[in-house]
Amino acid sequence: MRDSGLRWILWSYLALVFIFVFSPILASVIFSFNSQRFPTIPLGEFSLEWYEAIFSDPEVWEAAGRSLLVSCCTALLATFIGFCTAYTDFRYNFRFKGAYLALALLPPTIPLIIMALAMLAWLSRIGASGQVWSIILAHTVLTAPFAMAIIRLRLSQMDESLEAAAWNLGADEWAAMRHVIVPFAKPAIISALCLTAAVSFDEFAVAWFVSGLNKTIPVVILEIVQGNIDPRVNAIGSFVFLTSMTLVVAAQLFYMSKQNKDAS
Amino acid sequence: MAQSDPNKTSIAYRMTWRMPIIVWQFLFFIGPLALMVAMSFFLVKNYRMVEAFEMKNWAKMFGRDYFWDSYLYTFGLATAATLICTLIAFPASFALAFKVSANVRRWAIFLLIIPFFTSYLVRTFSWYVILAESGVVNAMLGYVGLGPYTMLNTMFGTLVGYLTLTLPLVIILQTISLAQVDRSLIEAAHNLGCGRMRTVLTVIVPLAKVGLIIGAVFCFILSFGDFVAPYYLGGSKPPTLPILIIDQTKSGQQWPRAAVVAITMMVTLFTIAFAAIYAAYAKRGRT
Repeated sequence: MRDSGLRWILWSYLALVFIFVFSPILASVIFSFNSQRFPTIPLGEFSLEWYEAIFSDPEVWEAAGRSLLVSCCTALLATFIGFCTAYTDFRYNFRFKGAYLALALLPPTIPLIIMALAMLAWLSRIGASGQVWSIILAHTVLTAPFAMAIIRLRLSQMDESLEAAAWNLGADEWAAMRHVIVPFAKPAIISALCLTAAVSFDEFAVAWFVSGLNKTIPVVILEIVQGNIDPRVNAIGSFVFLTSMTLVVAAQLFYMSKQNKDAS
Repeated sequence: MAQSDPNKTSIAYRMTWRMPIIVWQFLFFIGPLALMVAMSFFLVKNYRMVEAFEMKNWAKMFGRDYFWDSYLYTFGLATAATLICTLIAFPASFALAFKVSANVRRWAIFLLIIPFFTSYLVRTFSWYVILAESGVVNAMLGYVGLGPYTMLNTMFGTLVGYLTLTLPLVIILQTISLAQVDRSLIEAAHNLGCGRMRTVLTVIVPLAKVGLIIGAVFCFILSFGDFVAPYYLGGSKPPTLPILIIDQTKSGQQWPRAAVVAITMMVTLFTIAFAAIYAAYAKRGRT
């Protein structure tokens, strides 16, 4: 009796926590279809005016295109660098490896606002600030550690002697890489591409500092929010949410489907 | 272990994989941070930065009351967020680790990863609308004859924002570490007549200590460095350190002073992180 009571309390508590976590996301989607400028209860009528407003705004389209470009380039660069680092960690031991890994994994522990200031100062010094590729450079630093972690996790499931076996059978090191390591790591590589793209697509602090006039979608949101209560934010937000979620779910599916296949 | 020597691979091959991150991090991570440290000694004349080695920015910032007000306020808020978040997360993580099936746990963790990839800005804006004087929460409270309460531009608002940012991550880290606690030790405690609460506090919490502390550290780092919640939900009075950085950079062109604030923040965070990691891995004494 006492046990089921406790179970009931824990379940309700879990439900409350999940409501807290998801209510801003759900509210944003609901408000985006709501006619009121300032949503409250009871809700206003169903309306698409906020979506019409953003779809007819060329600035939003430009920003969306730029965001896509930035997140695609970031994903490719970060995943490549992450793969190299993960493979190095998997395969080699060398002096200062601790320092090497620290260097690779440190960026996410530095607050974004500090990275933003440091990047702005550095990029404007080397004459690279205010460009689309300034955002790409900065985002690659921020996201490469995630790519490295995902791919490293996958590599640790691999039998280390597989690669050596390929060498013994006469493959040179590059062939072994191409025919053994890369195929094995492929699901993680695709996951890493999706996740780094998603992170880049949402990042606003660094992008805001270094992008100059080349605003990405999150920077546009930031600027709208700074002005006033404007439900267009909910419409853009829902669109961004859909994009990121597609990427995250895709990443998860790629990673899990391959693992299930391995397991069976 | 039959493992052939990886060092027989050629230098070119080895370096192809080893170098990219080194080059990239030195160019776009270490470089910027080092410049930021140097920049804190530069001077600003006629709105232009001049290279110098002067302590002026440090003296100016450290000599101002508003800097220390801001520092203490930010530190206090982040500490409060860390304690509250850890306490709120623990029962949820406990339930996920011990009271649900592995399948439910996997789904819960997947759901908790989702917010990490949704725009934190949009979620904050959502809270702004929900918590407003005439917003959804006050409207609901109004039906039962309560309120309206002022929740925006208060510490409460800031804390809601911080928790939005940190709670999912902290629950994930806590759940993973709790799920790894050896069940037989818990059973042993029960068999030896240890009560429920006592088992949690003296057996489970110490065994999951590392994960709990790492969760708290991440919560502190994220809250301490966040400018969105204190700005939009807290009304930025007084401004937190990240808001000071933005003000000095965006409106004042005072990059060197912003660098002083940023370095102070980093030193604080590293001190906290090292102290916490030391505490996490300190040898587990008998209780």
